[in-house]
Amino acid sequence: MSEAHFSPVEQELALGAEGPIEFLGERNLLPPGTTMRSLTDTICAPTEMKTPKAWWIGFAIALFGAGILGGSISWLLYRGVGVWGNNSPVSWAWDITNFVWWIGIGHAGTLISAILFLFRQKWRTSINRFAEAMTIFAVMCAGIFPGLHTGRPWFDYYMFPLPNQMGLWPQFKSPLMWDIFAVSTYFTVSALFWFIGLIPDLATLRDRSTGNSRAQKIRRFAYGFFSLGWRGSNRHWQHYERAYLILAGLSAPLVLSVHSIVSFDFATSVEPGWHTTIFPPYFVAGAVFSGFAMVLTLMLICRAVFGMKDVVTMKHLELMNKIMLTTGSLVGYAYAMEFFVAYYSGNQYERYVFLNRATGPYAWAYWSMIACNVIFPQVFWFKRMRTSIPVMFVVSILINVGMWFERFVIIVTTLHRDYIPASWGMYSPTIWDMGLYLGTFGFFFTCFLLFLRWLPMIALAEVKATLPNAHPHASHGTDHAHEEHDHHDAAAAVPAE
Amino acid sequence: MTTTTTNTVGADEGVEEHIASLFLAEYETPDGVVDAAMKLRDAGYKKFDTHTPYPIHGMDAAMGMRDTPLGWIVFVMGLTGCIAGFLMMTWMNGIDYPLIIGGKPPDAIPSMVPVMFEMTVLLSAFGAVFGLFGLCQLPRHHHPIFNSERFARATDDRFFLSVDAADPKFDLEKTRALLQGTAPAHLELIEEYPS
Repeated sequence: MSEAHFSPVEQELALGAEGPIEFLGERNLLPPGTTMRSLTDTICAPTEMKTPKAWWIGFAIALFGAGILGGSISWLLYRGVGVWGNNSPVSWAWDITNFVWWIGIGHAGTLISAILFLFRQKWRTSINRFAEAMTIFAVMCAGIFPGLHTGRPWFDYYMFPLPNQMGLWPQFKSPLMWDIFAVSTYFTVSALFWFIGLIPDLATLRDRSTGNSRAQKIRRFAYGFFSLGWRGSNRHWQHYERAYLILAGLSAPLVLSVHSIVSFDFATSVEPGWHTTIFPPYFVAGAVFSGFAMVLTLMLICRAVFGMKDVVTMKHLELMNKIMLTTGSLVGYAYAMEFFVAYYSGNQYERYVFLNRATGPYAWAYWSMIACNVIFPQVFWFKRMRTSIPVMFVVSILINVGMWFERFVIIVTTLHRDYIPASWGMYSPTIWDMGLYLGTFGFFFTCFLLFLRWLPMIALAEVKATLPNAHPHASHGTDHAHEEHDHHDAAAAVPAE
Repeated sequence: MTTTTTNTVGADEGVEEHIASLFLAEYETPDGVVDAAMKLRDAGYKKFDTHTPYPIHGMDAAMGMRDTPLGWIVFVMGLTGCIAGFLMMTWMNGIDYPLIIGGKPPDAIPSMVPVMFEMTVLLSAFGAVFGLFGLCQLPRHHHPIFNSERFARATDDRFFLSVDAADPKFDLEKTRALLQGTAPAHLELIEEYPS
């Protein structure tokens, strides 16, 4: 190939949106000897193998959990929200804690799929599909809580801008309305983004289902239907890549807006401990923190069960641990800053709420939060800890516990003692609060296990594009060609196939 | 070396029964297919395409393609979402049923910003996804190219180039010779049976 084929304009075009990827000169993340065929085989295997026994056991447990969810919702609808421990003054409790917790978990998926994409972090390709699936199921779990906590969920349609029999409209000065729009937009855009990413991989699964057995025919039909007749055409890839870039560009501010708006639910009120300007960035950092922890917990299990160690390598895990260390420290800074601002404000209610958090009746929750979110993640400063699977597994679970306590502390400690001591109270959950929370785990894992069996858990087409021999050698007269050469020389020792 | 097959026999005299649909050339490396695409572009072909398991850098230029107009579709949709959100809230809270909340004007703009933003994002995303489907003319579950058995590897590890018979420069012999010159691993002619 010679450079003479290309005018400067064409070179610009060739650089296009994906040009700067090479400029970063990332290391090769996949082990040497990885070929396109071996990637296809590894990544499609979990959907094609005989169902492992561990999967059935997990699925049975998850389905049982989903049953608890059904039971808890049924009882709630039959008896009303009185079955929960919510009271006056603590009118928001586990319901909103769980809502914020689940939606925060979802944020890592969008961060990985969108923000890391815009920053050209190629290592995301091994975990983005997985994390996006987690996002969608987590947002579904989150949506259950605000829907139910209205008390009479059959009137939830009042929250949508629909004409109704009373001639009333939603009240758009309420952050709860912003929340409706933010969460439903977030769910829709995440699902679309996920589906667009899946199309080429579904086509791969379609093309691999060649047998004549009934199961193969069903696979061929289902994957064929949902892959929309994808034929890997470059005239399609051109639009596809632009659509993907645009969706990533839309999702990045969207994910920041969603948790900012969730924090507005608190920050626009006049409750001490809630009415602060630090809330939006603090909530977003916490969301990313807990989301990465959840991705890591799930990923560690799946890569062991399905043999994905060559695709999700220790390098990937270490990078995720670094992000958790960073966001955990951001959250720790926010905790300290809240205290300082409460002191500096000179407002006695604000000061009291924070003193009460650390020393009052819910101090155990506060210190659990500090330990799990700020202290334990500090072990990731050490490379030995960052690369130890048992350590990261335990810490990732602790972080999720800690982030649940964070939301509990914010909501309950503010409400239970706000202004007049005569209206102070205490909160404790009932078995139905617990059942509903536990049940969402069942629902989440039911969806997730089905995802693992039916869809490629790793973005196959994207991972292939990161292979060292994936793009033409004498790239087209642009600077990054030279940088790519280094990759190729290193990879030359590896037989291409 | 290079093998050539034709899906049906007697293609030359059986023009009435079989319509040549496209040539499909298979390559083992991304370099091979990019090289071939440049040759076809330089030979003046317009209706040809490459089929690869993932998007290859530089292929758009190698095929002489113009930039995608998708961004404009998304821009228009995003603007529509933003304006629609504003009009919706102004109508509902400012005109049809004005209420004074928190001492603010009924149609206060600052409190509309979050919903306007979300509406912009939502409609932009619809524009990106459905614009993509429209520009690609997907879903399309039938295509002559699927008649090739080897084509299944286009979503796995092989690289294909197809030349549509509708191209004005398409000629059974000349196109075949041109494609042979690009050293494909395999070359076949796919024919469609008229229904």
